[in-house]
Amino acid sequence: MKKSIIAAAVLAGGMIMSGQAMAAKTLVYCSEGSPEGFDAALYTSGTTFDASANTMFDGLVNFKVGTTEVVPGVAESWDVSVDGLELTFKLRPGVKFHSTKNFTPTRDLNADDIIFSFKRQMDKENPYYKENNGNFGYWNAMDMSNLINDVVKVDDLTVKFMLDHPEAPIVSNMAMAFASIQSAEYGAQLVASGKLGDLNQKPVGTGPFQFVGYKKDSVIRYAKNTQYWGEQAKIDNLVFSITTDASVRFQKMKAGECHAMPYPNPADIADIRSTDGINMMEQEGLNVGYLAYNTEKDKFKDVRVRKALNYAINKDAIKQVVFNGEASVAKNPIPPTIWSYDQSTVDDAYDVDKAKALLKEAGISGFKTNIWAMPVQRPYNPDAKKMAELIQADWAKIGVDAEIVTFEWGEYLKRSKAGEHDTVLLGWTGDNGDPDNFLRVLLGCAAAKSGDNRARWCNAEFEQELQDALLSTDPEVRTTAYENAQKIFKKEAPWATIAHSTVFMPISNKVSGYKIDPLGGHFFHNVDLK
Amino acid sequence: MFSFLFRRLLVLIPTYIGITLTAFVFIRVIPGDPILVMSGERSPSPEKYAELMHAFGFDQPLWKQYFDYVGNLLQGNFGDSIVTGRPVLEEFFELFPATVELAAFALFFALIIGIPAGIIAAVKRGTFYDHTLMTISLTGFSMPLFWWALLLIVFFSGYLGWTPVSGRISALYFFDTPTGFMLIDSWLSDEEGAFKSAVMHLILPAVALGTIPMATFARQSRSAMLETLGEDFIKTARAKGLSPFKVTVVHAFRNALIPIITVIGLSVGVLLGGAILTETIFSWPGIGKWMVDSIFRRDYPVVQGGLILIATIVIMVNLTVDILYGVIDPRISKKGH
Repeated sequence: MKKSIIAAAVLAGGMIMSGQAMAAKTLVYCSEGSPEGFDAALYTSGTTFDASANTMFDGLVNFKVGTTEVVPGVAESWDVSVDGLELTFKLRPGVKFHSTKNFTPTRDLNADDIIFSFKRQMDKENPYYKENNGNFGYWNAMDMSNLINDVVKVDDLTVKFMLDHPEAPIVSNMAMAFASIQSAEYGAQLVASGKLGDLNQKPVGTGPFQFVGYKKDSVIRYAKNTQYWGEQAKIDNLVFSITTDASVRFQKMKAGECHAMPYPNPADIADIRSTDGINMMEQEGLNVGYLAYNTEKDKFKDVRVRKALNYAINKDAIKQVVFNGEASVAKNPIPPTIWSYDQSTVDDAYDVDKAKALLKEAGISGFKTNIWAMPVQRPYNPDAKKMAELIQADWAKIGVDAEIVTFEWGEYLKRSKAGEHDTVLLGWTGDNGDPDNFLRVLLGCAAAKSGDNRARWCNAEFEQELQDALLSTDPEVRTTAYENAQKIFKKEAPWATIAHSTVFMPISNKVSGYKIDPLGGHFFHNVDLK
Repeated sequence: MFSFLFRRLLVLIPTYIGITLTAFVFIRVIPGDPILVMSGERSPSPEKYAELMHAFGFDQPLWKQYFDYVGNLLQGNFGDSIVTGRPVLEEFFELFPATVELAAFALFFALIIGIPAGIIAAVKRGTFYDHTLMTISLTGFSMPLFWWALLLIVFFSGYLGWTPVSGRISALYFFDTPTGFMLIDSWLSDEEGAFKSAVMHLILPAVALGTIPMATFARQSRSAMLETLGEDFIKTARAKGLSPFKVTVVHAFRNALIPIITVIGLSVGVLLGGAILTETIFSWPGIGKWMVDSIFRRDYPVVQGGLILIATIVIMVNLTVDILYGVIDPRISKKGH
């Protein structure tokens, strides 16, 4: 029997292992769920990205860990043409793909790998497109097929993206999980053997860790990639011990069975903070929770009504009750950790008299409406039903009678996208650190048409600012445009901005160098173990 | 015996039609679909959505989808998971040994505690022993599994530190698992401490899952024994001067076995159902957790295939129980019960 043992380091306080195996450093991360697969392009969940893109893969560019700054990945440099329609990447020479049980690369990474990684998501004739029925989550959601016309090889180490129209965030998009670089050679080998599914089950990347094995729903094992082009991981082995229940994860941390865990139970936070040996890391999340007014409905067409409803909501109470105080009240549609956040915005502070006066000015004495509350916990809203109840009570004070409505999650998204709601609670976690990823995706005119803009609000002035920012690569021009856009947003109030939640990461004090990723990922290649 | 078996097997045809239909309809009446649930807030455009629904065949009339599905089933094809892309059967057989291991040890725990407790309670009827044992059994029966499991973890793993918190084996071991049964695989591996780790990981989930069946067995054994102990042949046996042990175990217990075996057979369904919660809490990678995840993800082929396979196991166990009746009491198979 094959012994792929990497039985390794002794964990804090707990495990007794054989003496010889103690030298290797093994970090155990109690992850929150099973990955859907290991090909990040097929999925949209952070759990899957942590197990795939964030450990084993590189993009052309990467996000610097702990920031949203774009840094070189397998591309050393990049260049955008003057008209913004061509994006050229110069690849890093000598980048090696992982050697695994199933695949031994015969060459270093080159332009063919980049073309393969993207063409499979856009070319309907590509065998991998067919294999997956074209179900590439992010590619489809971001409508990339209407942005990228083609990917061409200039030479072995140069690749060019031909764009349909200029779009400033395209470089940041290339650092996202769906743009992870796969091996064309491995892809071709799997096509030849008829095992296309293995691209998703037995991953081969260029990242700091390589795949050792996955015991379904139980454990994922990675080993340090000793041929990594960048700074090598400080730990030898990385283990994801899948533990779905948040309270059980905490018990495992306490028992020394894991070094780090994501998403603690809000009720356990005080307890975790007071537990010896565990550091509670926390950071404001790159997210926003909001209530969108359906501006296509007559009652919400008048901005005074929307403003009145905003003034009537006691957001501080929501922060205390729904978030246990672990959040910041939102005044803008983008979180403060994102560049171009407009500090000067004055929020619609809780003021019942002002709300009543505005309704009176609009000629309305009160009306019936509904508040849609989602049935699931999300990072930006841990309890939408409770939040809806608080808003319902607040609005009752100004004579607005709101009924709370909820549906199953998929149905909720579908119906709210179709505009069936009066007001709807939802939120967003940033993908690439670009304000465009919040403002245009959630409030742009195209999104109003597709339904992702739940306010169904299309404002020409606001849209112009977004377009100005989209077409420019000058950070100053873009910052000004986004600040202006936020001012228009605040004046027009298509949403009540509710809160930006805090992200927590309990981590053993034996671990050093861990940084919370503002985009919600979990990265371990810069981490060391005492 | 042969005609008895034949009749039993014949009943399976309508049973399977019912099961496939229920499995197929059940997951589809839950609102939402795999494409929407998988994409969450990042949903595709309406055009792309329609294209994907078509590509997966979800835009076909339901009756057509059903008959296609049954047609594939008859050829042994359970389909591929929409989420992972892997064959449903392959995933099932990868995870099933974990559930069997857990259920078997839960059953073992329930039997070795439950049946002796029931016998003692019956023999000592109306005494302090009887009241105590039946109170414990009622408590065990009424305990919500989720709460009980967390309580066990907090006390034995958190407070006393005697057992590991969750999983099948320490995450630091990683070896091939040819049988899928961790106790066997860890024994075969020459990893130092692996077997002990696997045993320690099994204790709490098996106790948690076995508690309700244990209580049921205790109560059932007690009432079956009480009934038998009142029979004339027991009086005769006592009059013959047989030892109380021989009367209880050889004469009374043997005749009380039929209702007890019925309950054991029925408890397999309970164990598989309870395994869903137990596996979720203890991060035990079995079919219960797999089914729950798949229902949440609306992974139609997995939910359908999983239900059919689980139902098959329950049917097979019940069939075995029916055959066992015949062996224990030949009158049953002869009567064509």
